[in-house]
Amino acid sequence: MTTQETQAIQVQGLEKSYKDLHVLRGVDFTVARGSIFALLGSNGAGKTTAVKILSTLLKADAGTARVNGFDVATQAPDVRESISLTGQFAAVDEILTGRENLVLVARLRHLKDPGGIADDLLARFSLTDAGARRVATYSGGMRRRLDIAMSLIGHPPVIFLDEPTTGLDPQARIEVWQAVRELAAGGTTVLLTTQYLDEAEQLADRIAILHEGRILVNGTLEELKRLLPPAKVEYVEKQPTLEDVFLSLVGTKA
Amino acid sequence: MSKHFFGDTAVLLGRSLRHIARSPDTIITTAIMPIAMMLMFVYVFGGAIRTGSGSYVNYMLPGILLITVASGIAYTAYRLFMDMQGGIFERFQSMPTARSSVLWAHVLTSLVANLISLAVVMLVALLMGFRSGAGVLAWLSVAGILVLFTLALTWIAVIPGLSARTMEGASAFSYPLIFLPFLSSAFVPTDTMPGPVRWFAENQPVTSVVNAVRALFAGQPVGTDLWVALAWCAGILVVAYGFAMNTYRRKIS
Repeated sequence: MTTQETQAIQVQGLEKSYKDLHVLRGVDFTVARGSIFALLGSNGAGKTTAVKILSTLLKADAGTARVNGFDVATQAPDVRESISLTGQFAAVDEILTGRENLVLVARLRHLKDPGGIADDLLARFSLTDAGARRVATYSGGMRRRLDIAMSLIGHPPVIFLDEPTTGLDPQARIEVWQAVRELAAGGTTVLLTTQYLDEAEQLADRIAILHEGRILVNGTLEELKRLLPPAKVEYVEKQPTLEDVFLSLVGTKA
Repeated sequence: MSKHFFGDTAVLLGRSLRHIARSPDTIITTAIMPIAMMLMFVYVFGGAIRTGSGSYVNYMLPGILLITVASGIAYTAYRLFMDMQGGIFERFQSMPTARSSVLWAHVLTSLVANLISLAVVMLVALLMGFRSGAGVLAWLSVAGILVLFTLALTWIAVIPGLSARTMEGASAFSYPLIFLPFLSSAFVPTDTMPGPVRWFAENQPVTSVVNAVRALFAGQPVGTDLWVALAWCAGILVVAYGFAMNTYRRKIS
């Protein structure tokens, strides 16, 4: 197989500036098909800008990017057929019901049987009961689930999740993680950005740390850990974390 | 143009119309201000205004209709602004959807919403004694002028809708448009105005639109007003469309 067939995303020398602010200063990475790739970085590191360029919402100043084999600058319509984007804020229509949101996206992707697709996804994301309610009445976790469900319509081979769990409570976070794992298990390539270290640790096959517009390191969790001196063995009494306490009290089976 | 342009626009139009159907208050608030003005002008000021023969409701209704459109397009800018803020705009743009469909759906929604508001205002005017001897052709001409006027103002509204940073900014542009009819022949004849004001009133677009609609309602010959009105509307439409599309292209690339 050629690299274009094995790599779902190839980014080379990507640069982007807003006036004097150099957000991306030459970013390179590749993402293998069917893997979960985490772009880790603090606020303002350029994660969202990178995702916007890859999803054809922004034009890069320099460098090339291919998604699913298509160049984002010259083959934007083909890229859009291949991807779906879940932005930083749940991009759902608050006035429509959950089901109407799903039907809307299915129609805009020109698929047959939008109603059937919507019902399947509502069931898969445990939203069937809420399907006929307006999204304005949903909790943050439900909104995010609907948001991700909308991204799956039409089975795009590449999915971008920009900070998918920012602002969610721990329970909702675990639900989103579960959904992301199921996606990758089904062969979808997932690029997610996050500022939470544990999220990258939990989900990603490979992690790249983006800092001040450059990728500092890129590797598997094991490789990143090896960058530091070898682990010392220490005996520490394992106290339950507040998260453990919270989750056991509210009764989530994580 | 993408092969899906018409289908995608129809789907997105359905979405915005659903928004309107679920918050009919936007139609009502659009119609309430012109209706209040109409009541005030007819029952408070109207007795003191000399407009020649005929009832004052007949005289001022065309101006009120234009004010209705000017206040209605504030919601067009508002709806577009909300889409831009919420992230759903980016979702649409990252999908294999015809890109200009997103804008056209808002424009057509604006047209539908304004036509409903205009119908409500007309209904109240009829209750207040508005009568017209206009024939079918004249009514169609009035409808045509109002549609063209609404489209022209809607494309103006698209510009702040796309570029505003705050919700207030997105709708504030409509205030001068709402007041423009006061500096025209809409409520009083222009001949009592002092020189420069009169010159402005007689040469601004609202006057020609108002005069044309008034003549059509009265069943009188419209003369050159109709062509001046159409030229103004078409000119504003083309210029606003150009600026709006330019703003849109800068937003999405």
